[in-house]
Amino acid sequence: MSDFRSPLSRARGLGSAKSGVHHWWIQRLTAIALIPLVVWFAISLVMLSGADYAVVRAWIGSPLVMVLLILTIGIGLHHGQLGLQVVWEDYTDGGLRVVMIVLTKFIAVVFGLGAIVAIMRIGFGG
Amino acid sequence: MSVANRPSNRPLSPHLQVYRLPFLAILSILHRATGIALSVGALYLATWVMYAAASPKAYALFQSFNGSIAGRIVLGGWLFSAFFHLFNGIRHLFWDAGYGFELKDADRSGWIVVAVALVCTAAAWFVGLRLV
Repeated sequence: MSDFRSPLSRARGLGSAKSGVHHWWIQRLTAIALIPLVVWFAISLVMLSGADYAVVRAWIGSPLVMVLLILTIGIGLHHGQLGLQVVWEDYTDGGLRVVMIVLTKFIAVVFGLGAIVAIMRIGFGG
Repeated sequence: MSVANRPSNRPLSPHLQVYRLPFLAILSILHRATGIALSVGALYLATWVMYAAASPKAYALFQSFNGSIAGRIVLGGWLFSAFFHLFNGIRHLFWDAGYGFELKDADRSGWIVVAVALVCTAAAWFVGLRLV
């Protein structure tokens, strides 16, 4: 098969999108990380159902839960925005596509940071 | 050749509106649909900890929505989406590693994913409801 790419371009292996397999790979990495996190979170949620405000806050504020919860929400939002980017790329184009992808990423960052601040505020007693 | 005497048994390309999607295609679109739902669900989760950090009054407001019929539907949908996307995602990771591509294997793993997701959703739902 003929290949019209320059040797340099072939060696870089970044393709026409200029980012290679980075998006694909990060989506898989976050997926693998989310397997144990989601299982842990689902079990916790079932055990927490019916718990009152104080119990929920004590749970969120314990050190191990703080770490796991920040990982779950942070990696979950990251994985989600990577997936939604592909959805926008599949079904929209032009200016709308750019606007929706940027908006998706901004919303993920704002909610992620909001959640992290909230978890830390509960844990450190703000 | 005119339109009138064109052979009638020529294969037609499938058209979404008249084509019955195969099982694997349904699972594929369901993976995307539950992924979109879970992205919104992640925002809901972030909102939950923010309400918990705010005040008892704010948290009670959040909880009262969870207890309503609309809230129950959202939570049930969230549970099923999470379990389906989790198990089907593991199935996708096996495909990425090069395993289970035969039609027979893909069909079987698909049914397993659906069954396990439904069982887990039902279990989480009933245990959760009983504790409320």
